[in-house]
Amino acid sequence: MTLRVFVPYETTALSLGADDVATLICREAEARGIELELVRNGSRGLFWLEPLVEVETDAGRYAFGPVEAGDVASLFEAGFARGAVDHPLALGPTEEIPWLKRQQRVTFARIGVTDPVSIEDYRAHGGFAGLEKAVTCTPQQLVDMVKASGLRGRGGAAFPTGIKWQTVLDAKGAKKYIVCNADEGDSGTFADRLVMESDPYMLIEGMVIAGLAVGATQGYIYLREEYPLADELLTLAIERARAAGFLGDDILGSGQRFELEVRLGAGAYICGEETSLLESLEGKRGLVRAKPPLPAIEGLFGMPTVVNNVLSLAAVPSILSEGPEHYASFGIDRSKGTLPFQLAGNLTRGGLVELAFGHSLRELIEDFGGGTATGRPVRAVQVGGPLGAYLSPAQFDTLLDYEAFSAIGAVLGHGGVVVFDDSVDMAEQARFSMEFCVEESCGKCTPCRIGAVRGVEVIDRIMQGESRDANLALLDDLCDTMMQGSLCAMGGMTPFPVKSAMTLFPEDFQRQRGDQS
Amino acid sequence: MEDNHTVMDTTLEQLVGSLKDTPGALLPILHRIQDQFGYVPDRALPIIAKALRCTTADVHGVISFYHHFRRSQPGRHLLEVCRAEACQARGAREFERHVKERLKIGFDQTTADGEFTLKAVYCLGNCATGPSLRQGDRVLSRMNPERFDKLVEDLTTYKLELK
Ligand SMILES: Cc1cc2nc3c(=O)[nH]c(=O)nc-3n(C[C@H](O)[C@H](O)[C@H](O)COP(=O)(O)O)c2cc1C
Ligand code: SF4
Ligand code: FES
Repeated sequence: MTLRVFVPYETTALSLGADDVATLICREAEARGIELELVRNGSRGLFWLEPLVEVETDAGRYAFGPVEAGDVASLFEAGFARGAVDHPLALGPTEEIPWLKRQQRVTFARIGVTDPVSIEDYRAHGGFAGLEKAVTCTPQQLVDMVKASGLRGRGGAAFPTGIKWQTVLDAKGAKKYIVCNADEGDSGTFADRLVMESDPYMLIEGMVIAGLAVGATQGYIYLREEYPLADELLTLAIERARAAGFLGDDILGSGQRFELEVRLGAGAYICGEETSLLESLEGKRGLVRAKPPLPAIEGLFGMPTVVNNVLSLAAVPSILSEGPEHYASFGIDRSKGTLPFQLAGNLTRGGLVELAFGHSLRELIEDFGGGTATGRPVRAVQVGGPLGAYLSPAQFDTLLDYEAFSAIGAVLGHGGVVVFDDSVDMAEQARFSMEFCVEESCGKCTPCRIGAVRGVEVIDRIMQGESRDANLALLDDLCDTMMQGSLCAMGGMTPFPVKSAMTLFPEDFQRQRGDQS
Repeated sequence: MEDNHTVMDTTLEQLVGSLKDTPGALLPILHRIQDQFGYVPDRALPIIAKALRCTTADVHGVISFYHHFRRSQPGRHLLEVCRAEACQARGAREFERHVKERLKIGFDQTTADGEFTLKAVYCLGNCATGPSLRQGDRVLSRMNPERFDKLVEDLTTYKLELK
């Protein structure tokens, strides 16, 4: 019997040596006369265990990890092909790993299981069932299903996706567009990347369905340049999907048309903001546009355009195939469905945790994350990217729900959770937030462009102990000005991390510092 | 020199010509040029401007807006150090200091021997296993001074194969 072994082909796994491990496994098998089929699957997102190697047995897939090149020979010695073996890296049946088993994987159900660019594999695991259903529906039926699922945009603002689609469906235009926001600029987030690298057909399928729903014939995936592997895999998947009739002039024989193209960004965080993104797609500087008009009415090249995050679009195929009620059965109140949380920073067990809304932040950080990697106490957590507030452990019982987070002045955003231990200097963090805003501001409005520069200067003075109280008051004022006067959330929300750091960790702004070099 | 320029112009014209009719062509064109030459040469600007019927100032404005595009040849190896929060939480600030000391350059600079160009990057989507570093199209995890020194050594050591 041929031995099937899985070694992920995904950025984090590769960054930890997955290619070397794969090569050595093949070499070792050959030397031992073992017939082997190597599958380069996606990553399941258990990053502290990458490279996570799996073998297929009669009893299902067994996992080993983290496997380094030097471990390969000993895995063969231990007879890892049998799965249940005594080896320090043996993790048992993959699906039984508690960290994975306790999740509610809906969007990420296939991720890490399949070969990302194999259409056969995708179909064998339920892929394209949503699109097959979609071609039999009217646009209004499709929009109604997305509305009924309760799906809200996963890119940050949490706007109801069905309502956005309705606006585009109702809008008149010579041409309509679906634009996927794959700019994923927030630090601490990698869920979009994981979808594009490990299950690209799901995104493609979601975009085609969106096209059918609103009458759009052209899609663009605006992908950040920092993700070359996602570019490679998506581009390959698009070619194969086109060849197989899932894209092009006659989708699944329905006579309907949809084309799709990947466009690369160029290292500007602000191009994640949807109007800046559209400017960039049009070949211009990424200056934020004033709204209205909404992109849904006048978007790309002035035409009605759906702009959705990768995760929003990726949720659509299963909403169709499983039914909107199924998706809506997850979550609480107005936060329906699941959110793929990304555990990042100083954690023992970082990675992707998909859960229904309504669990607590503590569960994520303590149960899933396993506390800090350095073993020191957690001091601060930033949720929702660089524009998200810092939280202190006293707030860990907050429920993971859009409204619960805004009630404490925080944001859930794209679900990134960045954990810091007690060595963090929160004045430094506040300074960085302002510095990042200086670096990434599009420059269109004064409160953001000038405010952030002043912000860095004021924090420097505070840190040097210069007229501390007056400067703290000034910083507070400056934050208010930025919040009230900025055109978009870049300037409008940079004060969130700054103010939360000042409020929750005032001692760091009072401390006498030595000369820092 | 003349000949090189002519060759470059021909390549540029072909490249720009093949993309100029795509909607929103400027970014795809700039990417293709930078992939080909390592940077966007001055000579490209009038060629692009003419093809897209805009001014060279327009083209310059777009290039300067985006951190990714360069106007001069970088070093042989491009190293991008992640400065964002999730990597900070895992020691990126100290790592960045080491990198700059070791290479004796700051961000957007190139070592005197032309080997390395250093760039700041804000997140590589590798945030659970930072500090992260990108070298070319490869991302590296859990960077520390020792690993960095080893990387520099590996990249600057030329292996001669004796047959
Ligand atoms: C400064 C800034 C950066 C943003 N970055 C992203 C991003 O990287 N990815 C994303 O999907 N949305 C980002 N957004 C949100 C988008 O503007 C927009 O709300 C989103 O793409 C809509 O898609 P959704 O409804 O599916 O979430 C950003 C917003 C701002 C203000
Ligand atoms: S707030 Fe900043 S990023 Fe947003 S439009 Fe104003 S200057 Fe541009
Ligand atoms: S913050 Fe460094 S890779 Fe994301």
